[in-house]
Amino acid sequence: MKRIMAQHKKDPVLTNGRFTNNREMLFYFLRGSKRYFVLSAVMAMLLAFSGLVNPRVIGFTVDSVIGEEAFDLPGVLGNAITNLGGREYLRTHLWVIALFVIGVALLNAVFRIFFRMGNSRGAETLLKTMRDDLYAHIIRLPFTWHGAHQTGDIIQRCTSDVETVKAFLSEQLVMLFRVGVLILLGIVFMFRINLTLAVITVAFIPVIVGNSLYFHRKIAKAFKIVDEEEGRLSAIAQENLTGVRVVRAFGRERYERERFEKQNDVFAASDMRLSRIFVVFWSIGSFLSRFQIFIIMFAGALMCAFDVISAGHYIEFMGINAMVSWPIRMLGRIISQMSRTGVSIERIRYIMNAEEETDAADAVPMPEGGDIVFDHVNFAYGDKGRVLKDVSFTIRAGETVGILGGTGSGKTTLMALLEKLYDLPEENGRITIGGVDIRKLKRSDVRAHIGMVLQEPYLFSRSLQENITIAKKDATDAERDEAVQIASLDETVKGFSRGYETMVGERGVTLSGGQKQRTAIAQMLIRRTPVMIFDDSLSAVDTETDEKIREALRERTKDATVILIAHRITTLMLSDHILVLDKGRLAEEGTHEELLARGGIYHRIYELQMQAGLEEEE
Amino acid sequence: MDGQEEKSYVRLPWYGVPRLMPYIRPYRKVLLSMVALGCLSSLIDAVFPLFNRYALDTFVFGRDLSSAPAFAVIYLLLLVGFVMIDFVTLYWCCKVEINIGRDLKNTAFSHLQTLSFSYFNQNNVGYVHSRIMSDTARIGGLISWRFMDIVWNGSWLLFMIVMMLIVDAYLAMFVIVLVPVTAVIIVLFQRKLLPLHRKIREINSRITSHFNEGITGARSIKTLVIEERMEGGFFEETEGMKRVSVHATRYSSFFLATVILMGSVALSLVLMVGGGLTIEGAMRISTLSVFTTYALNIMEPVQGIIESISQLIQVQVNIERVTRLITTESDVADSEEVIAKYGDTFEPKKENWEELHGDVAFEDVTFMYPDGDENVLEHFDLNVPHGTNIAIVGETGAGKSTLVNLVCRFFEPTSGRVLIDGRDARERSQLWLHSNIGYVLQTPHLFSGSVRDNLRYGKEDATDEEIMEALRLVSAEGVVKKMKGGLDADVGEGGSALSTGEKQLLSFARAILADPRILVLDEATSSVDTVTEKAIQDAIATVIKGRTSFVIAHRLSTITDADEILVVNDGKIIERGKHKALMKQRGYYYDLYTRQFAVQSVEHAVTAQ
Repeated sequence: MKRIMAQHKKDPVLTNGRFTNNREMLFYFLRGSKRYFVLSAVMAMLLAFSGLVNPRVIGFTVDSVIGEEAFDLPGVLGNAITNLGGREYLRTHLWVIALFVIGVALLNAVFRIFFRMGNSRGAETLLKTMRDDLYAHIIRLPFTWHGAHQTGDIIQRCTSDVETVKAFLSEQLVMLFRVGVLILLGIVFMFRINLTLAVITVAFIPVIVGNSLYFHRKIAKAFKIVDEEEGRLSAIAQENLTGVRVVRAFGRERYERERFEKQNDVFAASDMRLSRIFVVFWSIGSFLSRFQIFIIMFAGALMCAFDVISAGHYIEFMGINAMVSWPIRMLGRIISQMSRTGVSIERIRYIMNAEEETDAADAVPMPEGGDIVFDHVNFAYGDKGRVLKDVSFTIRAGETVGILGGTGSGKTTLMALLEKLYDLPEENGRITIGGVDIRKLKRSDVRAHIGMVLQEPYLFSRSLQENITIAKKDATDAERDEAVQIASLDETVKGFSRGYETMVGERGVTLSGGQKQRTAIAQMLIRRTPVMIFDDSLSAVDTETDEKIREALRERTKDATVILIAHRITTLMLSDHILVLDKGRLAEEGTHEELLARGGIYHRIYELQMQAGLEEEE
Repeated sequence: MDGQEEKSYVRLPWYGVPRLMPYIRPYRKVLLSMVALGCLSSLIDAVFPLFNRYALDTFVFGRDLSSAPAFAVIYLLLLVGFVMIDFVTLYWCCKVEINIGRDLKNTAFSHLQTLSFSYFNQNNVGYVHSRIMSDTARIGGLISWRFMDIVWNGSWLLFMIVMMLIVDAYLAMFVIVLVPVTAVIIVLFQRKLLPLHRKIREINSRITSHFNEGITGARSIKTLVIEERMEGGFFEETEGMKRVSVHATRYSSFFLATVILMGSVALSLVLMVGGGLTIEGAMRISTLSVFTTYALNIMEPVQGIIESISQLIQVQVNIERVTRLITTESDVADSEEVIAKYGDTFEPKKENWEELHGDVAFEDVTFMYPDGDENVLEHFDLNVPHGTNIAIVGETGAGKSTLVNLVCRFFEPTSGRVLIDGRDARERSQLWLHSNIGYVLQTPHLFSGSVRDNLRYGKEDATDEEIMEALRLVSAEGVVKKMKGGLDADVGEGGSALSTGEKQLLSFARAILADPRILVLDEATSSVDTVTEKAIQDAIATVIKGRTSFVIAHRLSTITDADEILVVNDGKIIERGKHKALMKQRGYYYDLYTRQFAVQSVEHAVTAQ
């Protein structure tokens, strides 16, 4: 279902990007696997060639060993047999022929193994290259890109579209080559034996392939309908399952059953229609193939009767014909499947062409430390209204700064800009760290300098241990324990029977919002970054723990610059310096006392929050 | 996901096919005819080489063309017959596949409608969904195609052997002897291959979750600067995938090469032994030619049969999953007496239903979730006279839904009773209770279809006037008016054409239309704009008026008027009482409330400006 939905929506046309066309990208992906595919192509040729030996041996045995025809063998082989004693020798030593057959068969087996191994190595290497490239690319795409695309759709492209491309190169393309070689070689051999019979065989090729192409177009159409009907059925089941509470609470089980069964019938009927086309196609193909075999057999036998060809050659021809008959039937199918691959390649190219985050070419080393300065910063997401309006302030190194503001006031944007998650356009002011414009700094340096805890942190599907130390592989247990203690997560860890080995994330235990936030805090603390941002990351933690964490932070990370975004005045009031944002503007700035004295927004919030506390005291 | 990520391999007696008998039985006549036709087609297939022999004997060596026209006619007739038999068999094969798949889907789906909530809590949507959709489809394919493959290949093999024995028993022995040898080789290789294929599937699903992590965790990966580390983990996984896949191909290519080699061995034996006989004059060239055809073909069905069996082995797991779903018994089921009086899920006896007033009481209720290991309620008492408003608060994941689950009888108490209008809930049918309950979810759930279809979910025969009235009550007429087509407008899959707030308003209207005596409200956590927010608050006030209501609240400011507030933490009720009293306690509720108030106060202060 997802697939159809995804394909219905067309990607915007990319005018520029890394790969101007599909072929270019395919060659790029083939960089480590080309040689394997070449090897398997060579093997395919040898394989086709050695496969044609059997009919020849049979024909030779019939004509020249059992019969009395002259030897029709390549020079070396002919000489060898003549030296041994010719026909008489072979007649008494039939095992030589048997041995030859087995020898060729062994060779054939070796070619086959190398063909398949080469192909598989090529295919798997290609698959790995594609997936690795995509993964490495995706995690380096700017955050805006991730926000603009659906996870399910991207995953679809990275899994099934990638598989389609792999199948195209390793199965269809290689198969096309192999089938082509087999047919070509077979036909060359046929022409050597008899022109008339060979012409009959060739004449059938367009008929059989044409039939296949015609039906595959119809099948593709019918298949699309089946796919859509299945999607509808699938959606009904999906909705029923996700809405199970609604279904039950309204007692609509019967209605749901009827709805499902009705669509199930529609789906089955569409599937049956597809099957009908398929069965007709198959039967016609089967008839054509067998009819061709009959014609060859009948015509060949007549030609034998009139001594146009020998019995051995006739048998040999039949043997070759049997070998190429299946490949000819395959040809149409392969061609029609190949046309569908273009869509998948295009979908992958769309991702590969998106631009990764880049650093300025003249990037300078990260300054040791220093003040963070926002200098007349303006910002808008795309062509939507401005989120930040002329914001200027300074955060001194080692200071604790509080930021307060309502939804949409621009707090998070401010931090995302500082972290270089978004780029600040040239004319929109500047942000400096230690006097250096962050546009001139490498992203990885800035992010290594400034740690940030997100409001809704993401935990990886790993153990608690791995999550906490994910950004510092070589962290000692002592470092880990300290971070965990400052983040007030120690009790939580102790509470789990498996302690640090507890699995969290999507496949693990469910942590509460507060536990998640504290895990993310520990995750950041262990990095010991000079600047730490808490983007509303104490919101789900109770007041007491909030205080405890801030206390521990003050004591243990004295030199660090701390930026606290919060809604609770109690969280912010001890900061050295508080910024109040309102609709993208810096509305107020100062210490807690100064702001209270000003009697502005901060004061009003303070009043409201205190009042709420007091009111209940009565 | 993990809870259900069970073994991808199970071993069932007879590959699990006996468990499917009830679904196969309706098609047994068709299947038997398929067997007969399949055998017939194999017989013709095995006979075709004999025509070749006749042609060689009569036309080529005998130089007698008098029977040629008759030969051609017979051959062509047989060919047409053969193709037609195949046509019919293939068609039936598709039909059986599709029908069995459909039947299984229907059975699985309607059985799911009767399962209790513990089933849905323990099995996530994706898991159950693929049971209904893909497992059933695979089973359908198994029964028809794999079954027919075995019939075709088995009979083809048999008839080829018979033909060889008839034509020349002595030479036949040399070919036949190789059949079991080849079979053993194939089985040995398949044994090696199966676990490798399982492993590949496992790695594949891990790779998908890596992608998922890389995309949904993008922001964290950036801020933690762990791109290289994440990449390293991913590359390791793809490397493992490559290794295992190449390893598997090594086996499969050796295996395929061996099978084909065995065909050549058979051919060489035929040429050696048969050639000798022919030279001696004890055998005709035509016979030798026919034998070379049989020798080159005979390994194909052997391979086919074994591959079908190995697929059967792999489908066992699908059979197991589906049959387990179908045979799962609901742990909340109505007793036979109740069903006799009130009817079941699909056939209610509404004439016997009593009216429901809305008094709810918990009497010494102790409750443990079926998959839990701790009582979440112990000797809990609560009396809710009709018209009372109960609020349940607590953090996400704290277990706020437990009480509601018991009221709705989505679960039943481990001990003690839940009384509805003074009688144990188990004395009446689930459908009776559910028909009197309105449920509004935190993530409003709409079904694809028109607005009207969705609203009628609460009352099947509601007129447009009634629907409009309900919409008016919750001030949602605007939502419908805005939509093209009004009540006929399509809401999209899962209501995707509407905003969260609009979906919420519609789901209130749906609940009101049902006019339930008991109302359960699971308040939205997602933020909506202030205007919609206000509309929703008003709607809540409207719908709970005069009904017994249970509100699972996230915004504490909305429930300060509740008759009783139950505060849940870690699955247990830790505080209860009215808002004022709870604030005075300065406990958990107080902390929760002040924290939330902080956020609100900021918004208030800013808007007041």
